[in-house]
Amino acid sequence: MNRLYPSIAFTLLAVGILLFHAPETSAQDLGGISGNFQLDAQTYKADSLIGALAVPEKVRSNGFLNLTYSKGNFSAGIRYEMYMKEILGFDPKWGGENGQSGITYRYAKYANEDYELTVGNFYEQFGNGLIFRSYEERGLGLDNAIDGAKVKLTPVPGLQITGLVGKQRTFFTTGPGIVRGGDIDLGLNEFSTNFMNSLLPSNLQVRIGGSLLSKYQANDDPTYNLPENVMAWAARMSIIAGEFSLNGEYAHKCADPSAANGLNFNEGKALFVSASFSTRGLGINLSLKALDNMDFRSDRNAQLTNLTLNYLPAITKQYLYRVNTLYPYATQNNGEIGMQADIFYSFEKGSFLGGQYGTTVTLNYSRVHGLDTVHNIPFTHISDQDTTINNDMFYSSEFLKFGKRKYFEDIGIEISKQWTKHFKTNFGYMNQYFNKSVVQTPGYGVVKANIFVSEFIYSFGSNQALRLELQHLGAKHVAVDDEGNELTDSSGAAIVPQLDGNNGNWAYGLLEYTFAPTWFVSVFDEYNYDNSDPDHRLHYLSGNVIWVKDALIISLGYGRVRGGILCVGGVCRPVPASNGFSISISSTF
Amino acid sequence: MKRILPLLILALATASFRPADEPKKSLVPAANVKNLKGEIVNTSAFANDGKPVLVSFWATWCKPCIQELSAWNNVYEDWKKETGVKIIAVSIDDARNASKVAPFINGKRWDFEVYLDENGEFKRAMNVNAVPHSFLIDKDGKIVWMHNSYAPGDEDKLFEVIKQVAAGQPVTH
Repeated sequence: MNRLYPSIAFTLLAVGILLFHAPETSAQDLGGISGNFQLDAQTYKADSLIGALAVPEKVRSNGFLNLTYSKGNFSAGIRYEMYMKEILGFDPKWGGENGQSGITYRYAKYANEDYELTVGNFYEQFGNGLIFRSYEERGLGLDNAIDGAKVKLTPVPGLQITGLVGKQRTFFTTGPGIVRGGDIDLGLNEFSTNFMNSLLPSNLQVRIGGSLLSKYQANDDPTYNLPENVMAWAARMSIIAGEFSLNGEYAHKCADPSAANGLNFNEGKALFVSASFSTRGLGINLSLKALDNMDFRSDRNAQLTNLTLNYLPAITKQYLYRVNTLYPYATQNNGEIGMQADIFYSFEKGSFLGGQYGTTVTLNYSRVHGLDTVHNIPFTHISDQDTTINNDMFYSSEFLKFGKRKYFEDIGIEISKQWTKHFKTNFGYMNQYFNKSVVQTPGYGVVKANIFVSEFIYSFGSNQALRLELQHLGAKHVAVDDEGNELTDSSGAAIVPQLDGNNGNWAYGLLEYTFAPTWFVSVFDEYNYDNSDPDHRLHYLSGNVIWVKDALIISLGYGRVRGGILCVGGVCRPVPASNGFSISISSTF
Repeated sequence: MKRILPLLILALATASFRPADEPKKSLVPAANVKNLKGEIVNTSAFANDGKPVLVSFWATWCKPCIQELSAWNNVYEDWKKETGVKIIAVSIDDARNASKVAPFINGKRWDFEVYLDENGEFKRAMNVNAVPHSFLIDKDGKIVWMHNSYAPGDEDKLFEVIKQVAAGQPVTH
């Protein structure tokens, strides 16, 4: 890493000299520097009830600064990051023993209409990301940027070819694997106009694409002859015909035994299909996703979220409300099949149900099951009765069939209505089935939840508003067998699975006052009033004051906060569990 | 590192030096986004025939973003008539929700020009930390105003800014 500093310093010096000495013909010839900054600091009070331990440093903080210089077709940038030490909830490798900081990202790029060259760090995605996506989610501590080189060519309009090579970032270093890949994206409509008038009618748009990714990692395993080069490929197509659209991508991964798949030698496959219909006032989307053994990393020993090469998001709705973040589904990379349906509808303004300002209704249904597998050696899979996992090297599965075990299901409706110029409401109901044994920890059974959410926004004066949110989650915890049947003991009474610190019913309330465009003051409480352990019937009460000026946000908070996505102060971001003071400063310039 | 630090500081100091003239505004950086037909569009081509362009970064999972865009949609007709402003809504939804964006905006009856920034290329180029984040671009393609977060009533002040920019005046709000 230290070898980087001289090169960065010289690049910046060169840029600085260029800026200083460039003739002042016009302002934009000098190029410009832009960037952003964020600092989050948190004090910690030991709180055994929420699992917050004493933190010897008392205060912890994460921060970063991005600087981008651009001039015409050229741009270059760096990012400085610091973890002093990392805020709880982040992987301890960020802060290491005594806190870490440094320049973790630097690149130079030249781009014109025909091609783009990047060296240094970069992010990229092929298709839907089934075999490759390098990205960052700073608030979650995710960053698997590639350090290497990337070339994009657009030889004729409609055709884009991408090639890249490099290593992946993990914390303050790069992983051991070398990544090589390429992608072709072809828009038939734009492409065909290069040669003839038009191949396709204007209301039919067709695009096709394909990608290839390969990783190399030396085999140092004394027992197994593990593949050193592992290749994956994907092919995709999208068709848009008027109001209809259909997207599909299929991906295949060669044998890739790894820690994450239990040294399994099976090949991996994934299919993603999405169909939608939309016209003014109505939108419908249906998606299907199936995957088998698709965990793909540039290091076969990596775990958790480290060094992932592909992106396999959950095929479930990402809700807008706080209590919905209690039981979030997470994709089971080793095998699952899921579907989702979303309907968005608005009643027209002026109609009976639309009223003067319109009414919007959103419906959602999603369901995810495991794949049924047949194992070549005796195998017991995760169940509430038996938590032994006995991974074997080969198995067979039925890829496109919903298996016996249900991992997740939910159905929901949300209605949003503006009643007058000053008053608006949102109401929602969701019913969820969350297989905690599969998604989080074996033995914890299934959570069946009924959720009600409501939100009232009243604005007054020219720029003030009050926002009230009331939410409730009613949860039942049950133990189930492999078929999903609830288990009972010999007397017929339901068996209660293991329960963790958060269980039972929750009530949530938030009140926020805003004075646009500058001030937000909010207080919210989450109350686990029905926890099976009376000592855990806790209030998570916290308050925030936020000051905004253009793109500078300074936020102060105090209280006990449950980890999850938090939307206060007019922005949404993921937060870890904490108890204490917090300060956050974010700026774009 | 110690040897290099003074050099780094010098470099940064030199780089940030600018002759004292009128405040310089940065241009919209070039990045690739997709339109709802899946075509690749370069953001440096965002233009509106000499009139202002309002760009908002949003996501289908972001409540304040939806509040903001709904508020804008209610007044968009009036804003267009008075200033000719064009609103561009850049969705940062990734592969999880990207295929829902078109049904979502149609279902909401929003009239904005919508682009997908699935892997955050444009978001990074514009230095966006959190959504919603909006930018106002003048007739020369320069970013003349930006705002992060949404509170009900923000749109009233924003409209004052849009009127100034449409009239070619400096932004004072």
